[in-house]
Amino acid sequence: MQDVVENLSRLIRDAASRRRPLCIRGGGTKDFYGGEIRGDVLDTKPLRGIVSYEPTELVISARAGTPLVEIEAALQEKGQVLPFEPPHFDRPPQPEAPQPPAEGQLSIAPVPTEEKLATLGGCVATGLSGPRRAYAGAVRDFVLGARILDGKGAELHFGGQVMKNVAGYDVSRLTVGALGTLGVILEVSLKVLPAPAAEATLRLAAGPDEAITLMNDWGSKPLPVTATAYRAGSLSVRLSGAPSAVAAAAKKIGGETMDATHAAQFWSDIREQRAAFYAGNQALWRLSIKPTTPPLDLAGPQLIEWGGALRWLRSDADAKVIREAAARAGGHATLFRAVDKTAGVFHPLSPGLAKIHRRLKEAFDPAGILNPGRMYPDF
Amino acid sequence: MTAPAEQIAVDLERQREVVSALRTFLPESAVLFAQEDVKPYECDGLTAYRQVPMVVALPETEEQVCRILKECHARKVPVVARGAGTGLSGGALPLGNGVLLSLAKFMRIVQMDVRSRTARVQPGVRNLAISDAASPLGLYYAPDPSSQIACSIGGNVAENSGGIHCLKYGLTVHNILKLRVATIEGDIVEIGADALDAPGYDLLALMTGSEGMLGVVTEVTVRLLPKPEYAQVVMASFDDLAKAGEAVASVIATGIVPAGFEMMDQAATRAVEGFVQAGYRTDVAAVLLCESDGTREEVADDIRRIQEVMEKSGAVQTQVSRDEPERLRFWAGRKAAFPAAGAISPDYYCMDGTIPKKRLGEVLRRITAMEEKYGLRCANVFHAGDGNLHPLILYDANEPGAFARTEAFGAEILELCLEVGGTITGEHGVGVEKINQMCAQFSSAELAVFHAVKWAFDQEGLLNPGKAVPTLRRCVEYGRMHVHAGQEKFRSRFKVQGSRFKVQGSRFKVQGSRFKVQGSSNIGRPMNTKFPTLNFEPGTLNTEHRTRNIEH
Repeated sequence: MQDVVENLSRLIRDAASRRRPLCIRGGGTKDFYGGEIRGDVLDTKPLRGIVSYEPTELVISARAGTPLVEIEAALQEKGQVLPFEPPHFDRPPQPEAPQPPAEGQLSIAPVPTEEKLATLGGCVATGLSGPRRAYAGAVRDFVLGARILDGKGAELHFGGQVMKNVAGYDVSRLTVGALGTLGVILEVSLKVLPAPAAEATLRLAAGPDEAITLMNDWGSKPLPVTATAYRAGSLSVRLSGAPSAVAAAAKKIGGETMDATHAAQFWSDIREQRAAFYAGNQALWRLSIKPTTPPLDLAGPQLIEWGGALRWLRSDADAKVIREAAARAGGHATLFRAVDKTAGVFHPLSPGLAKIHRRLKEAFDPAGILNPGRMYPDF
Repeated sequence: MTAPAEQIAVDLERQREVVSALRTFLPESAVLFAQEDVKPYECDGLTAYRQVPMVVALPETEEQVCRILKECHARKVPVVARGAGTGLSGGALPLGNGVLLSLAKFMRIVQMDVRSRTARVQPGVRNLAISDAASPLGLYYAPDPSSQIACSIGGNVAENSGGIHCLKYGLTVHNILKLRVATIEGDIVEIGADALDAPGYDLLALMTGSEGMLGVVTEVTVRLLPKPEYAQVVMASFDDLAKAGEAVASVIATGIVPAGFEMMDQAATRAVEGFVQAGYRTDVAAVLLCESDGTREEVADDIRRIQEVMEKSGAVQTQVSRDEPERLRFWAGRKAAFPAAGAISPDYYCMDGTIPKKRLGEVLRRITAMEEKYGLRCANVFHAGDGNLHPLILYDANEPGAFARTEAFGAEILELCLEVGGTITGEHGVGVEKINQMCAQFSSAELAVFHAVKWAFDQEGLLNPGKAVPTLRRCVEYGRMHVHAGQEKFRSRFKVQGSRFKVQGSRFKVQGSRFKVQGSSNIGRPMNTKFPTLNFEPGTLNTEHRTRNIEH
């Protein structure tokens, strides 16, 4: 495997000396996400395989190109899970769903559909987490260590395989969600958790205000809630844990119990954006805001997750209007999927933060060759 | 004995210049420079290192913090931020040519938002004060470092403090949402959000545990959690350390995530039982405490399974806490481990390595061998759930050469932690204490990245210089020294006296507890020797603020 790493390092050094951008890519399942994609593809798929997995340590280490399905299967065998429920976006969208619009603006060839398989590297680089995020934590909360190649091709290792580690700055967490702009992820160590012994999904009829109130009420009580979703008058809540705890909580919450197969499909459709809400070509916005914010007065249908902290919006409204609404609600708005991304994908940074970002980018990637423009146009 | 750090003489002209610059916007009482006024700030919890600062500034507002930083930046005066001064690695050690920026006056809980389960607090607010304030709302702040009665949340952010519940509830980095940070240039940046994530790089993670090297935190938004309905603990005794280690793995393998999971070896339980009668068996090799919290139903299930696993793993005895006072009594022993070590030995030196749990048996065996090698006893307390090991090396500072042996012993333990795939510090930080060991844990390329990160925030290197990340030159010198010394890989140059961490320069008093923290007093052990003496209100679950976790 070291030869693969050395080869990647050579490609990076070469690109740096010629100042030629590189597009870091695993399965290409998240090509739609983020800003412009350009440059020579740096394929991380050869970095494949689980390096170590100790179920009793609750730690797994795998190479960046390892498909998430492979990791999840290995964990499942030992009754464990990735607690942040990462979306894969593997499967091609349903027929009625849009073609992944961003690919229209790819200046590189799309990955053939049959090879599209979400990898650990992409999961960490995008930092996207699924329905359980508000209750268990995000990708960044479970990253314990990472091996990376920086923009000079140097192999670096930060963090480790232990849960408590305060030696040095937390660079491994810094790579989470950095969209590859700070380094090429080679290997990641993650904390994992036992799979819940029991689950139940309940459905309640509610208006949007009431749904947000309920979600926040549950959040302030010691209930084993692990997911919430609200769309068009229907509030779904998932409980996970010991069978006795789930049963007791279900009694307190009330509503109708969804059958297990249907429930599993429901949450997977939410996570993978296969639910009907996500179909169509209208821009999809992701608003991450203070959970107690009342329903947002913005044009277009909304889907609420994460106990009220995440609002998905299908809207052609002006980006500025949407971003202002998110900022007023203590958060930010991302243009998650769209054909036209001229408004910018990520929420603009304050001047102070932008300065720190540019300097960090310069520190890790002085030639500016790693996924330039994928996060913000100027780096 | 190794010599303490050299005191740097104060440049009086420079001092006058800085004092008069700061007094243009700060009251006289907030700018200290007279020897008797600045002396209390000469060290933090690592009392072996002492340095009187050139000037101490005690701002009250964020605006004042920014102005102080601006003035210092303009004059190239280094700045060390300080919270409660309870840090154990010397992270708040002042500089003789610098300003010590105390955040002690930032004591306000700005806002407690029940609906969104968050609290906005100033950096000087004590960790425990947050849980106390949240308690009537049914909420608490999860990370609970040993010094939680005295340590401030700003310091917790700087060190990414842990505690006993980390396996289930995470560290500081998992429990904060937003920071207001003053940069060395005197600008305020908001890092994080009231939402669960923020755009751009995860600077919140970068700031957490950065030991005051990147910015000065002026406000923290923390997440609060609903207090668990119920908690119970299983105490299991083992006649063999390896069996106890396997029991830890077996409990985790059942799919239970214990709220607290602690191990003590025989030296620790004997020390504890002599000090506070917690009911531990002293004729066994190890005692495990494993706690479950949650709904009553969940706890009942977990406890039954934990007990089964312990018995199957060869426990010679298991006991389940029958009621709240008994649960607290079981924990009281563990909590008393440090003061108990202080009671059986004139001095002790607390180490802080983390190891993969599966290597525990081996590590403890090798530590036992080191006891013979160095002629010193070592009691081990272990956060079994997350692999954080706190060996307490017992020594007598008055015995010539004892500390040097202690230091070498400690260094060899840290080396062992690295060798088995762990880290030199789990939760106490690098500070000045472990700066040389950083050279062993990281390559020069990795250290260069740390310096580059620092540069991104602080181009002149004025914030807490000399801490946390060694210069490459220092590592080269250290390496050379190591080669010349030809024996111990790690040689640090400091001395720990007593090692009961002292809080100096703190002006607050903690009431309702027998730990007294005022002026400069020891908080590493209770002021009166009776134990348990913590903030419990036995029998009333609703007022349980997680104070059962005063220990490491």
